[in-house]
Amino acid sequence: MLACIRIFYIKMKYIGKRLLQLIPILIGITFLSFAMMRIAGSDAVEEMYNVRESAVSEQVIEAKRAELGLDRPFLVQYGSWLIGILHGDMGKSYISGRDVFMTFLSKLRATLLLSVLSLGLTVLISIPLGILAAVRQGRLTDKVLRGLSFLGNAMPGFFTAMVVMEIFGLKLNLLPVISTGVNLKSAILPALTLAISMSAKYLRQVRAAVLEELNKDYIKGLKSRGISDRIILWKNVMRSASLTIITLLALSIGSLLGGTAIIESIFMWDGVGKLAIDAINMRDYPIILAYVMWMAIIFVVVNLVTDIIYHFMDPRIRLGEGEDS
Amino acid sequence: MSDILAVNDLTVSYAGDESVSGLSFSLKEGEILCIVGESGSGKSTILKAVAGLLSSDGEIRGGQILFGNADLTSISDSDLRKLLGSEIGMVFQNAGASFHPMRTIRDQLYEIQRTAGKMDRSVFEKKAEGLLESFGLANPKRILDSYPFELSGGMQQRVGIAAAMLLSPRLLLADEPTSAVDVMIQRRVVEELLLARKDYGAAILMVTHQMGVVRRMANQVLVLKDGRAVEYGPVDQVLRTPKADYTKKLLAAEPRLRRA
Repeated sequence: MLACIRIFYIKMKYIGKRLLQLIPILIGITFLSFAMMRIAGSDAVEEMYNVRESAVSEQVIEAKRAELGLDRPFLVQYGSWLIGILHGDMGKSYISGRDVFMTFLSKLRATLLLSVLSLGLTVLISIPLGILAAVRQGRLTDKVLRGLSFLGNAMPGFFTAMVVMEIFGLKLNLLPVISTGVNLKSAILPALTLAISMSAKYLRQVRAAVLEELNKDYIKGLKSRGISDRIILWKNVMRSASLTIITLLALSIGSLLGGTAIIESIFMWDGVGKLAIDAINMRDYPIILAYVMWMAIIFVVVNLVTDIIYHFMDPRIRLGEGEDS
Repeated sequence: MSDILAVNDLTVSYAGDESVSGLSFSLKEGEILCIVGESGSGKSTILKAVAGLLSSDGEIRGGQILFGNADLTSISDSDLRKLLGSEIGMVFQNAGASFHPMRTIRDQLYEIQRTAGKMDRSVFEKKAEGLLESFGLANPKRILDSYPFELSGGMQQRVGIAAAMLLSPRLLLADEPTSAVDVMIQRRVVEELLLARKDYGAAILMVTHQMGVVRRMANQVLVLKDGRAVEYGPVDQVLRTPKADYTKKLLAAEPRLRRA
Protein backbone atom coordinates (compact mmCIF):
# COMPACT_ATOMS: atom_id res chain seq x y z
CA MET A 1 0.00 0.00 0.00
CA LEU A 2 2.69 2.42 1.05
CA ALA A 3 4.65 1.48 -2.05
CA CYS A 4 1.59 2.23 -4.18
CA ILE A 5 1.23 5.69 -2.69
CA ARG A 6 4.92 6.30 -3.19
CA ILE A 7 4.73 5.24 -6.85
CA PHE A 8 1.61 7.38 -7.38
CA TYR A 9 3.44 10.33 -5.84
CA ILE A 10 6.43 9.78 -8.13
CA LYS A 11 4.12 9.63 -11.14
CA MET A 12 2.30 12.83 -10.21
CA LYS A 13 5.60 14.57 -9.68
CA TYR A 14 6.70 13.38 -13.11
CA ILE A 15 3.52 14.59 -14.79
CA GLY A 16 3.76 17.91 -12.95
CA LYS A 17 7.34 18.34 -14.07
CA ARG A 18 6.43 17.66 -17.66
CA LEU A 19 3.60 20.19 -17.55
CA LEU A 20 5.89 22.77 -15.98
CA GLN A 21 8.20 22.35 -18.95
CA LEU A 22 5.37 23.83 -21.00
CA ILE A 23 6.04 27.27 -19.55
CA PRO A 24 9.51 27.86 -21.07
CA ILE A 25 8.38 26.16 -24.27
CA LEU A 26 5.39 28.48 -24.59
CA ILE A 27 7.42 31.59 -23.83
CA GLY A 28 10.10 30.51 -26.26
CA ILE A 29 7.88 29.75 -29.20
CA THR A 30 5.55 32.69 -28.80
CA PHE A 31 8.57 34.99 -28.66
CA LEU A 32 10.01 33.40 -31.79
CA SER A 33 6.69 33.65 -33.57
CA PHE A 34 6.39 37.26 -32.56
CA ALA A 35 9.87 37.95 -33.85
CA MET A 36 9.31 36.13 -37.11
CA MET A 37 6.11 37.98 -37.80
CA ARG A 38 8.08 41.16 -37.33
CA ILE A 39 10.75 40.05 -39.79
CA ALA A 40 8.06 39.14 -42.31
CA GLY A 41 7.48 42.83 -42.94
CA SER A 42 4.05 44.36 -43.41
CA ASP A 43 1.62 44.35 -40.53
CA ALA A 44 -2.08 43.86 -39.86
CA VAL A 45 -2.99 47.44 -40.62
CA GLU A 46 -1.25 47.42 -43.98
CA GLU A 47 -2.85 44.10 -44.92
CA MET A 48 -6.25 45.30 -43.81
CA TYR A 49 -6.20 48.34 -46.05
CA ASN A 50 -4.58 46.45 -48.92
CA VAL A 51 -7.43 43.99 -48.92
CA ARG A 52 -9.97 46.75 -48.91
CA GLU A 53 -8.03 48.41 -51.70
CA SER A 54 -9.12 51.77 -50.45
CA ALA A 55 -6.83 54.69 -50.65
CA VAL A 56 -6.26 55.82 -47.11
CA SER A 57 -3.97 58.48 -45.86
CA GLU A 58 -0.82 57.69 -43.95
CA GLN A 59 -2.45 59.41 -41.03
CA VAL A 60 -5.29 56.94 -40.85
CA ILE A 61 -2.86 54.05 -41.01
CA GLU A 62 -0.73 55.51 -38.23
CA ALA A 63 -3.80 56.12 -36.11
CA LYS A 64 -4.89 52.51 -36.56
CA ARG A 65 -1.39 51.31 -35.70
CA ALA A 66 -1.42 53.36 -32.55
CA GLU A 67 -4.84 51.98 -31.69
CA LEU A 68 -3.58 48.38 -31.99
CA GLY A 69 -0.33 49.19 -30.27
CA LEU A 70 1.71 48.29 -33.33
CA ASP A 71 3.68 51.52 -33.14
CA ARG A 72 5.35 50.53 -29.89
CA PRO A 73 8.76 48.83 -29.78
CA PHE A 74 8.83 45.11 -30.42
CA LEU A 75 9.69 44.03 -26.88
CA VAL A 76 7.03 46.24 -25.37
CA GLN A 77 4.46 44.70 -27.68
CA TYR A 78 5.48 41.21 -26.74
CA GLY A 79 5.61 42.13 -23.07
CA SER A 80 2.13 43.57 -23.01
CA TRP A 81 0.80 40.54 -24.84
CA LEU A 82 2.49 38.30 -22.30
CA ILE A 83 1.04 40.26 -19.40
CA GLY A 84 -2.38 39.93 -20.98
CA ILE A 85 -1.98 36.16 -21.23
CA LEU A 86 -1.02 35.94 -17.57
CA HIS A 87 -4.29 37.71 -16.80
CA GLY A 88 -6.17 35.24 -18.96
CA ASP A 89 -6.66 37.75 -21.74
CA MET A 90 -5.49 36.62 -25.16
CA GLY A 91 -6.39 39.94 -26.72
CA LYS A 92 -8.65 40.85 -29.59
CA SER A 93 -8.29 40.04 -33.24
CA TYR A 94 -6.78 42.97 -35.16
CA ILE A 95 -9.12 42.27 -38.03
CA SER A 96 -12.45 41.32 -36.57
CA GLY A 97 -11.95 42.97 -33.21
CA ARG A 98 -13.43 39.94 -31.50
CA ASP A 99 -12.01 38.18 -28.49
CA VAL A 100 -9.25 35.79 -29.59
CA PHE A 101 -10.03 33.06 -27.12
CA MET A 102 -13.71 32.92 -28.10
CA THR A 103 -12.87 33.03 -31.81
CA PHE A 104 -10.47 30.18 -31.34
CA LEU A 105 -12.91 28.10 -29.33
CA SER A 106 -15.60 28.56 -31.95
CA LYS A 107 -13.33 27.10 -34.63
CA LEU A 108 -12.04 24.33 -32.42
CA ARG A 109 -15.31 22.43 -32.49
CA ALA A 110 -14.99 21.91 -36.24
CA THR A 111 -11.37 20.82 -35.97
CA LEU A 112 -12.12 18.41 -33.14
CA LEU A 113 -14.94 16.79 -35.11
CA LEU A 114 -12.76 16.43 -38.18
CA SER A 115 -9.82 15.08 -36.15
CA VAL A 116 -11.83 12.48 -34.29
CA LEU A 117 -13.61 11.34 -37.43
CA SER A 118 -10.53 11.11 -39.64
CA LEU A 119 -8.47 9.43 -36.95
CA GLY A 120 -11.24 6.93 -36.29
CA LEU A 121 -11.46 6.12 -39.99
CA THR A 122 -7.69 5.81 -40.21
CA VAL A 123 -7.59 3.37 -37.31
CA LEU A 124 -10.41 1.32 -38.82
CA ILE A 125 -8.74 1.18 -42.22
CA SER A 126 -5.03 0.98 -41.55
CA ILE A 127 -4.76 -1.31 -38.54
CA PRO A 128 -6.75 -4.29 -39.83
CA LEU A 129 -5.26 -3.96 -43.31
CA GLY A 130 -1.74 -3.53 -41.95
CA ILE A 131 -2.10 -6.65 -39.83
CA LEU A 132 -3.56 -8.53 -42.78
CA ALA A 133 -0.66 -7.51 -45.01
CA ALA A 134 1.85 -8.62 -42.39
CA VAL A 135 0.21 -11.97 -41.79
CA ARG A 136 0.00 -12.60 -45.54
CA GLN A 137 3.51 -11.31 -46.14
CA GLY A 138 4.67 -11.83 -49.71
CA ARG A 139 1.35 -13.20 -50.87
CA LEU A 140 -1.14 -11.57 -53.24
CA THR A 141 -3.16 -9.84 -50.49
CA ASP A 142 0.01 -8.25 -49.20
CA LYS A 143 1.06 -7.11 -52.64
CA VAL A 144 -2.33 -5.58 -53.44
CA LEU A 145 -2.47 -3.78 -50.09
CA ARG A 146 1.05 -2.47 -50.50
CA GLY A 147 0.17 -1.29 -54.00
CA LEU A 148 -2.88 0.56 -52.69
CA SER A 149 -0.84 2.09 -49.92
CA PHE A 150 1.73 3.26 -52.45
CA LEU A 151 -1.02 4.84 -54.52
CA GLY A 152 -2.51 6.54 -51.46
CA ASN A 153 0.90 7.87 -50.49
CA ALA A 154 1.59 9.15 -53.98
CA MET A 155 -1.62 11.15 -54.20
CA PRO A 156 -1.38 14.63 -52.72
CA GLY A 157 -4.19 15.60 -50.34
CA PHE A 158 -5.83 18.09 -52.66
CA PHE A 159 -6.01 15.48 -55.41
CA THR A 160 -7.56 12.89 -53.10
CA ALA A 161 -9.99 15.60 -52.05
CA MET A 162 -11.02 16.18 -55.65
CA VAL A 163 -11.43 12.46 -56.26
CA VAL A 164 -13.71 11.93 -53.25
CA MET A 165 -15.64 15.09 -54.12
CA GLU A 166 -16.14 13.81 -57.64
CA ILE A 167 -17.26 10.35 -56.53
CA PHE A 168 -19.34 10.99 -53.43
CA GLY A 169 -20.43 14.56 -54.06
CA LEU A 170 -21.02 14.78 -57.78
CA LYS A 171 -21.45 11.26 -59.19
CA LEU A 172 -23.30 9.64 -56.30
CA ASN A 173 -24.62 12.89 -54.92
CA LEU A 174 -24.49 11.48 -51.41
CA LEU A 175 -22.63 14.14 -49.51
CA PRO A 176 -22.10 17.87 -49.78
CA VAL A 177 -19.00 18.84 -51.72
CA ILE A 178 -18.56 21.97 -49.69
CA SER A 179 -19.28 22.15 -46.02
CA THR A 180 -22.76 23.33 -45.08
CA GLY A 181 -21.66 24.09 -41.55
CA VAL A 182 -20.15 22.08 -38.74
CA ASN A 183 -22.13 18.87 -39.05
CA LEU A 184 -21.35 15.20 -39.45
CA LYS A 185 -22.50 15.02 -43.06
CA SER A 186 -20.17 17.79 -44.16
CA ALA A 187 -17.33 16.32 -42.12
CA ILE A 188 -17.33 12.95 -43.86
CA LEU A 189 -15.61 13.92 -47.11
CA PRO A 190 -12.78 15.93 -45.56
CA ALA A 191 -12.36 13.21 -42.94
CA LEU A 192 -12.25 10.55 -45.63
CA THR A 193 -9.68 12.54 -47.59
CA LEU A 194 -7.46 12.80 -44.53
CA ALA A 195 -8.04 9.17 -43.62
CA ILE A 196 -7.05 7.93 -47.06
CA SER A 197 -3.69 9.72 -46.94
CA MET A 198 -3.01 8.73 -43.34
CA SER A 199 -4.12 5.13 -43.81
CA ALA A 200 -1.84 4.72 -46.80
CA LYS A 201 1.07 5.75 -44.62
CA TYR A 202 0.02 3.78 -41.54
CA LEU A 203 -0.81 0.59 -43.36
CA ARG A 204 2.89 0.21 -44.12
CA GLN A 205 3.95 1.13 -40.65
CA VAL A 206 1.48 -1.19 -38.96
CA ARG A 207 2.62 -3.94 -41.33
CA ALA A 208 6.26 -3.28 -40.48
CA ALA A 209 5.56 -3.20 -36.74
CA VAL A 210 3.67 -6.49 -36.84
CA LEU A 211 6.31 -8.13 -39.04
CA GLU A 212 9.05 -7.02 -36.70
CA GLU A 213 7.26 -8.69 -33.80
CA LEU A 214 6.56 -11.82 -35.83
CA ASN A 215 10.30 -12.25 -36.35
CA LYS A 216 11.17 -12.06 -32.68
CA ASP A 217 12.38 -15.06 -30.69
CA TYR A 218 9.33 -15.27 -28.47
CA ILE A 219 7.20 -16.25 -31.45
CA LYS A 220 9.15 -19.51 -31.72
CA GLY A 221 8.75 -19.97 -27.98
CA LEU A 222 4.99 -19.52 -28.14
CA LYS A 223 4.70 -21.84 -31.13
CA SER A 224 6.78 -24.48 -29.37
CA ARG A 225 4.30 -24.39 -26.49
CA GLY A 226 1.37 -25.03 -28.79
CA ILE A 227 -0.13 -21.52 -28.69
CA SER A 228 -2.40 -20.99 -31.70
CA ASP A 229 -1.59 -18.44 -34.39
CA ARG A 230 -4.72 -16.50 -33.45
CA ILE A 231 -3.62 -16.06 -29.84
CA ILE A 232 -0.03 -15.38 -30.86
CA LEU A 233 -1.25 -12.55 -33.07
CA TRP A 234 -3.92 -10.95 -30.94
CA LYS A 235 -2.68 -11.48 -27.43
CA ASN A 236 1.06 -11.29 -27.96
CA VAL A 237 2.14 -9.65 -31.20
CA MET A 238 -0.47 -6.92 -31.05
CA ARG A 239 0.39 -6.12 -27.47
CA SER A 240 3.89 -5.16 -28.51
CA ALA A 241 2.98 -3.72 -31.89
CA SER A 242 0.34 -1.48 -30.34
CA LEU A 243 3.12 0.55 -28.69
CA THR A 244 4.46 1.51 -32.11
CA ILE A 245 0.97 2.14 -33.42
CA ILE A 246 0.10 4.39 -30.48
CA THR A 247 3.21 6.46 -31.12
CA LEU A 248 2.22 6.91 -34.74
CA LEU A 249 -1.33 7.86 -33.90
CA ALA A 250 -0.18 10.30 -31.25
CA LEU A 251 1.86 12.17 -33.83
CA SER A 252 -1.20 12.33 -36.08
CA ILE A 253 -3.46 13.55 -33.32
CA GLY A 254 -1.04 16.41 -32.87
CA SER A 255 -1.07 17.50 -36.48
CA LEU A 256 -4.81 16.90 -36.89
CA LEU A 257 -5.72 19.01 -33.88
CA GLY A 258 -3.51 21.71 -35.32
CA GLY A 259 -5.94 21.82 -38.18
CA THR A 260 -5.27 20.72 -41.69
CA ALA A 261 -5.16 24.00 -43.50
CA ILE A 262 -5.25 22.65 -47.07
CA ILE A 263 -8.07 20.18 -46.58
CA GLU A 264 -10.02 22.64 -44.47
CA SER A 265 -9.68 25.26 -47.19
CA ILE A 266 -10.67 22.91 -50.02
CA PHE A 267 -13.83 21.80 -48.27
CA MET A 268 -14.46 25.22 -46.76
CA TRP A 269 -14.36 23.53 -43.38
CA ASP A 270 -14.24 26.25 -40.77
CA GLY A 271 -11.55 24.89 -38.43
CA VAL A 272 -8.45 26.23 -36.71
CA GLY A 273 -6.20 25.37 -39.67
CA LYS A 274 -8.10 27.73 -41.90
CA LEU A 275 -8.25 30.30 -39.12
CA ALA A 276 -4.46 30.15 -38.79
CA ILE A 277 -3.85 30.57 -42.52
CA ASP A 278 -6.23 33.51 -42.69
CA ALA A 279 -4.60 35.04 -39.64
CA ILE A 280 -1.14 34.66 -41.15
CA ASN A 281 -2.25 36.26 -44.40
CA MET A 282 -3.72 39.18 -42.50
CA ARG A 283 -0.85 39.41 -39.98
CA ASP A 284 -3.42 39.02 -37.22
CA TYR A 285 -0.81 38.56 -34.49
CA PRO A 286 -3.06 37.72 -31.53
CA ILE A 287 -4.75 34.92 -33.46
CA ILE A 288 -1.44 33.58 -34.76
CA LEU A 289 -0.03 33.53 -31.26
CA ALA A 290 -3.07 31.75 -29.91
CA TYR A 291 -2.64 29.15 -32.64
CA VAL A 292 1.06 28.71 -31.92
CA MET A 293 0.32 28.24 -28.22
CA TRP A 294 -2.39 25.73 -29.00
CA MET A 295 0.01 23.70 -31.12
CA ALA A 296 2.69 23.72 -28.43
CA ILE A 297 0.21 22.63 -25.79
CA ILE A 298 -1.14 19.85 -28.00
CA PHE A 299 2.27 18.41 -28.72
CA VAL A 300 3.45 18.51 -25.14
CA VAL A 301 0.20 17.03 -23.84
CA VAL A 302 -0.01 14.36 -26.54
CA ASN A 303 3.59 13.36 -25.85
CA LEU A 304 2.88 13.20 -22.16
CA VAL A 305 -0.24 11.09 -22.66
CA THR A 306 1.71 8.75 -24.96
CA ASP A 307 4.39 8.39 -22.31
CA ILE A 308 1.79 7.58 -19.70
CA ILE A 309 0.16 4.97 -21.95
CA TYR A 310 3.58 3.44 -22.63
CA HIS A 311 4.18 3.41 -18.96
CA PHE A 312 1.06 1.41 -18.23
CA MET A 313 1.43 -0.92 -21.18
CA ASP A 314 5.09 -1.78 -21.03
CA PRO A 315 6.25 -3.33 -17.76
CA ARG A 316 9.87 -2.88 -18.79
CA ILE A 317 9.40 0.89 -18.62
CA ARG A 318 7.09 0.84 -15.61
CA LEU A 319 9.24 -1.37 -13.41
CA GLY A 320 12.53 -0.02 -14.72
CA GLU A 321 11.54 3.44 -13.53
CA GLY A 322 10.51 2.10 -10.14
CA GLU A 323 14.02 0.79 -9.58
CA ASP A 324 15.72 4.05 -10.49
CA SER A 325 13.75 6.31 -8.22
CA MET B 1 9.96 -50.28 -25.34
CA SER B 2 8.71 -48.63 -28.47
CA ASP B 3 10.26 -45.67 -30.20
CA ILE B 4 8.74 -42.35 -29.26
CA LEU B 5 10.59 -40.56 -32.00
CA ALA B 6 12.14 -42.06 -35.11
CA VAL B 7 14.01 -39.91 -37.59
CA ASN B 8 14.73 -41.65 -40.88
CA ASP B 9 17.07 -40.35 -43.55
CA LEU B 10 16.28 -36.72 -42.74
CA THR B 11 17.65 -34.08 -45.08
CA VAL B 12 17.18 -30.39 -44.34
CA SER B 13 18.45 -27.49 -46.41
CA TYR B 14 18.85 -23.82 -45.59
CA ALA B 15 18.62 -21.38 -48.48
CA GLY B 16 19.54 -24.23 -50.85
CA ASP B 17 22.51 -25.55 -48.85
CA GLU B 18 22.16 -28.89 -47.16
CA SER B 19 22.41 -28.43 -43.42
CA VAL B 20 21.45 -31.94 -42.37
CA SER B 21 22.02 -34.89 -44.74
CA GLY B 22 20.42 -38.32 -44.53
CA LEU B 23 20.31 -38.42 -40.76
CA SER B 24 18.63 -41.29 -38.88
CA PHE B 25 18.21 -41.88 -35.17
CA SER B 26 15.52 -42.94 -32.74
CA LEU B 27 14.52 -42.26 -29.20
CA LYS B 28 12.72 -44.59 -26.80
CA GLU B 29 10.39 -43.56 -24.01
CA GLY B 30 12.26 -41.98 -21.14
CA GLU B 31 15.55 -42.07 -23.02
CA ILE B 32 17.97 -39.18 -23.37
CA LEU B 33 19.75 -38.70 -26.68
CA CYS B 34 22.39 -36.02 -26.93
CA ILE B 35 23.43 -34.64 -30.27
CA VAL B 36 26.93 -33.18 -30.11
CA GLY B 37 29.06 -31.39 -32.65
CA GLU B 38 30.67 -28.04 -33.28
CA SER B 39 28.78 -24.88 -34.16
CA GLY B 40 27.29 -24.99 -37.61
CA SER B 41 27.15 -28.77 -37.69
CA GLY B 42 23.36 -28.66 -38.03
CA LYS B 43 22.53 -29.65 -34.44
CA SER B 44 19.86 -27.06 -33.81
CA THR B 45 18.40 -27.53 -37.26
CA ILE B 46 17.38 -31.06 -36.29
CA LEU B 47 15.37 -29.82 -33.31
CA LYS B 48 13.79 -27.07 -35.35
CA ALA B 49 12.81 -29.57 -38.01
CA VAL B 50 11.15 -31.78 -35.40
CA ALA B 51 9.25 -28.88 -33.85
CA GLY B 52 8.33 -27.33 -37.21
CA LEU B 53 10.19 -24.15 -36.33
CA LEU B 54 12.52 -23.93 -39.33
CA SER B 55 12.71 -20.35 -40.54
CA SER B 56 11.21 -19.50 -43.91
CA ASP B 57 14.38 -20.35 -45.90
CA GLY B 58 14.75 -23.74 -44.21
CA GLU B 59 13.17 -26.72 -45.87
CA ILE B 60 12.88 -30.45 -45.18
CA ARG B 61 14.09 -32.04 -48.42
CA GLY B 62 13.55 -35.67 -47.57
CA GLY B 63 13.11 -38.34 -44.92
CA GLN B 64 10.64 -38.87 -42.13
CA ILE B 65 10.21 -37.67 -38.58
CA LEU B 66 7.90 -40.19 -36.95
CA PHE B 67 6.33 -39.19 -33.65
CA GLY B 68 4.08 -42.06 -32.70
CA ASN B 69 2.11 -42.65 -35.85
CA ALA B 70 2.40 -39.11 -37.15
CA ASP B 71 5.02 -38.07 -39.70
CA LEU B 72 5.93 -34.56 -38.63
CA THR B 73 7.40 -33.74 -42.04
CA SER B 74 4.00 -34.02 -43.73
CA ILE B 75 1.64 -33.07 -40.93
CA SER B 76 -0.33 -29.81 -41.23
CA ASP B 77 0.81 -26.78 -39.26
CA SER B 78 -2.27 -26.78 -37.08
CA ASP B 79 -2.00 -30.51 -36.28
CA LEU B 80 1.66 -30.06 -35.38
CA ARG B 81 0.74 -27.09 -33.17
CA LYS B 82 -1.65 -29.36 -31.28
CA LEU B 83 1.18 -31.78 -30.55
CA LEU B 84 3.50 -29.00 -29.42
CA GLY B 85 3.17 -28.16 -25.77
CA SER B 86 1.03 -31.15 -24.90
CA GLU B 87 3.10 -33.97 -26.47
CA ILE B 88 6.35 -32.27 -27.43
CA GLY B 89 7.96 -29.61 -25.28
CA MET B 90 10.91 -27.41 -26.14
CA VAL B 91 13.57 -25.63 -24.12
CA PHE B 92 15.67 -22.95 -25.77
CA GLN B 93 19.24 -21.85 -25.33
CA ASN B 94 17.98 -18.46 -24.21
CA ALA B 95 14.70 -19.31 -22.54
CA GLY B 96 14.14 -15.70 -21.43
CA ALA B 97 13.72 -14.61 -25.03
CA SER B 98 11.22 -17.38 -25.66
CA PHE B 99 8.67 -15.60 -23.48
CA HIS B 100 6.70 -12.51 -24.42
CA PRO B 101 8.56 -9.61 -22.79
CA MET B 102 5.48 -7.67 -21.73
CA ARG B 103 3.43 -10.41 -20.07
CA THR B 104 3.83 -12.07 -16.69
CA ILE B 105 5.02 -15.66 -16.38
CA ARG B 106 1.63 -16.47 -14.85
CA ASP B 107 -0.30 -15.23 -17.89
CA GLN B 108 1.98 -17.04 -20.25
CA LEU B 109 1.81 -20.33 -18.39
CA TYR B 110 -1.97 -20.00 -18.15
CA GLU B 111 -2.11 -19.47 -21.90
CA ILE B 112 -0.24 -22.74 -22.41
CA GLN B 113 -2.59 -24.52 -20.02
CA ARG B 114 -5.59 -23.17 -21.94
CA THR B 115 -4.43 -24.88 -25.13
CA ALA B 116 -5.27 -28.15 -23.39
CA GLY B 117 -8.77 -26.99 -22.50
CA LYS B 118 -10.42 -24.79 -19.90
CA MET B 119 -9.05 -24.69 -16.40
CA ASP B 120 -10.13 -22.55 -13.49
CA ARG B 121 -7.64 -19.83 -12.54
CA SER B 122 -7.44 -21.05 -8.95
CA VAL B 123 -6.87 -24.67 -9.99
CA PHE B 124 -4.23 -23.52 -12.43
CA GLU B 125 -2.59 -21.36 -9.79
CA LYS B 126 -2.08 -24.40 -7.56
CA LYS B 127 -0.83 -26.48 -10.46
CA ALA B 128 1.66 -23.84 -11.59
CA GLU B 129 2.99 -23.29 -8.10
CA GLY B 130 3.34 -27.03 -7.61
CA LEU B 131 5.16 -27.34 -10.92
CA LEU B 132 7.66 -24.61 -10.09
CA GLU B 133 8.21 -26.07 -6.64
CA SER B 134 8.77 -29.53 -8.06
CA PHE B 135 11.59 -28.03 -10.10
CA GLY B 136 13.12 -26.66 -6.93
CA LEU B 137 12.15 -23.06 -7.55
CA ALA B 138 11.58 -21.28 -4.27
CA ASN B 139 8.91 -18.62 -3.97
CA PRO B 140 6.78 -19.71 -6.93
CA LYS B 141 4.21 -16.94 -6.37
CA ARG B 142 6.82 -14.29 -6.94
CA ILE B 143 8.03 -16.02 -10.09
CA LEU B 144 4.50 -16.22 -11.46
CA ASP B 145 4.08 -12.50 -10.78
CA SER B 146 7.28 -11.64 -12.59
CA TYR B 147 7.88 -10.47 -16.11
CA PRO B 148 10.62 -12.41 -17.91
CA PHE B 149 13.11 -9.53 -17.68
CA GLU B 150 12.78 -9.48 -13.91
CA LEU B 151 14.25 -12.98 -13.62
CA SER B 152 17.94 -13.79 -13.76
CA GLY B 153 19.25 -15.75 -16.75
CA GLY B 154 19.44 -18.96 -14.74
CA MET B 155 15.95 -18.46 -13.40
CA GLN B 156 14.62 -17.80 -16.90
CA GLN B 157 16.19 -21.06 -18.04
CA ARG B 158 14.61 -23.05 -15.25
CA VAL B 159 11.21 -21.42 -15.75
CA GLY B 160 11.63 -22.28 -19.44
CA ILE B 161 11.97 -25.95 -18.54
CA ALA B 162 8.96 -25.77 -16.22
CA ALA B 163 6.92 -24.10 -18.97
CA ALA B 164 7.88 -26.84 -21.40
CA MET B 165 6.84 -29.49 -18.86
CA LEU B 166 3.55 -27.84 -17.86
CA LEU B 167 1.44 -30.17 -19.97
CA SER B 168 3.73 -33.17 -19.28
CA PRO B 169 4.84 -33.83 -22.86
CA ARG B 170 6.33 -37.23 -23.68
CA LEU B 171 9.20 -35.71 -25.60
CA LEU B 172 11.32 -32.76 -24.59
CA LEU B 173 13.50 -31.02 -27.16
CA ALA B 174 16.35 -29.11 -25.55
CA ASP B 175 18.44 -26.73 -27.65
CA GLU B 176 21.72 -26.06 -25.79
CA PRO B 177 19.83 -25.44 -22.55
CA THR B 178 23.02 -25.12 -20.51
CA SER B 179 25.17 -23.04 -22.85
CA ALA B 180 24.13 -19.58 -21.80
CA VAL B 181 24.26 -20.03 -18.04
CA ASP B 182 27.11 -20.20 -15.55
CA VAL B 183 28.45 -23.43 -14.12
CA MET B 184 26.36 -23.47 -10.95
CA ILE B 185 23.15 -22.92 -12.86
CA GLN B 186 24.28 -25.47 -15.44
CA ARG B 187 24.24 -28.14 -12.78
CA ARG B 188 20.73 -27.11 -11.71
CA VAL B 189 19.44 -27.11 -15.27
CA VAL B 190 20.85 -30.60 -15.79
CA GLU B 191 19.19 -31.77 -12.59
CA GLU B 192 15.88 -30.32 -13.69
CA LEU B 193 16.04 -31.98 -17.07
CA LEU B 194 16.76 -35.29 -15.33
CA LEU B 195 13.81 -34.59 -13.07
CA ALA B 196 11.60 -34.02 -16.10
CA ARG B 197 12.47 -37.51 -17.19
CA LYS B 198 12.15 -39.07 -13.76
CA ASP B 199 8.88 -37.44 -12.65
CA TYR B 200 7.17 -36.97 -15.98
CA GLY B 201 8.69 -39.82 -17.94
CA ALA B 202 9.77 -37.53 -20.74
CA ALA B 203 12.25 -38.64 -23.37
CA ILE B 204 14.78 -35.90 -24.11
CA LEU B 205 16.41 -35.02 -27.39
CA MET B 206 19.13 -32.57 -26.48
CA VAL B 207 21.61 -30.62 -28.50
CA THR B 208 24.76 -29.52 -26.72
CA HIS B 209 28.46 -28.99 -27.20
CA GLN B 210 29.28 -29.56 -23.54
CA MET B 211 30.70 -33.05 -23.08
CA GLY B 212 30.29 -32.84 -19.30
CA VAL B 213 26.56 -32.47 -19.74
CA VAL B 214 26.53 -35.41 -22.14
CA ARG B 215 28.36 -37.58 -19.64
CA ARG B 216 25.96 -36.66 -16.89
CA MET B 217 22.74 -37.07 -18.83
CA ALA B 218 22.84 -39.04 -22.05
CA ASN B 219 21.87 -42.64 -22.71
CA GLN B 220 22.69 -42.33 -26.37
CA VAL B 221 25.01 -39.98 -28.20
CA LEU B 222 24.98 -38.87 -31.79
CA VAL B 223 28.06 -37.06 -33.07
CA LEU B 224 27.27 -34.71 -35.91
CA LYS B 225 29.73 -33.23 -38.40
CA ASP B 226 28.65 -31.14 -41.37
CA GLY B 227 25.10 -32.40 -41.06
CA ARG B 228 26.05 -36.10 -41.07
CA ALA B 229 26.20 -38.57 -38.21
CA VAL B 230 29.81 -39.68 -37.75
CA GLU B 231 29.09 -41.76 -34.69
CA TYR B 232 25.91 -42.90 -32.95
CA GLY B 233 25.54 -45.28 -30.03
CA PRO B 234 25.28 -45.73 -26.25
CA VAL B 235 27.05 -43.03 -24.28
CA ASP B 236 29.67 -45.33 -22.71
CA GLN B 237 30.67 -46.77 -26.01
CA VAL B 238 30.94 -43.43 -27.80
CA LEU B 239 32.80 -41.63 -25.02
CA ARG B 240 35.12 -44.51 -23.97
CA THR B 241 35.91 -46.07 -27.29
CA PRO B 242 35.25 -43.45 -29.95
CA LYS B 243 35.68 -44.83 -33.44
CA ALA B 244 35.52 -41.73 -35.55
CA ASP B 245 38.52 -39.37 -35.60
CA TYR B 246 36.16 -36.44 -35.26
CA THR B 247 34.73 -37.80 -31.99
CA LYS B 248 38.25 -38.26 -30.63
CA LYS B 249 39.09 -34.69 -31.53
CA LEU B 250 35.90 -33.44 -29.91
CA LEU B 251 36.68 -35.35 -26.71
CA ALA B 252 40.26 -34.17 -26.67
CA ALA B 253 39.19 -30.57 -27.10
CA GLU B 254 37.06 -30.73 -23.98
CA PRO B 255 38.57 -28.95 -20.98
CA ARG B 256 39.09 -31.60 -18.33
CA LEU B 257 38.76 -31.27 -14.60
CA ARG B 258 40.44 -33.96 -12.55
CA ARG B 259 38.48 -35.30 -9.65
CA ALA B 260 40.37 -34.97 -6.42
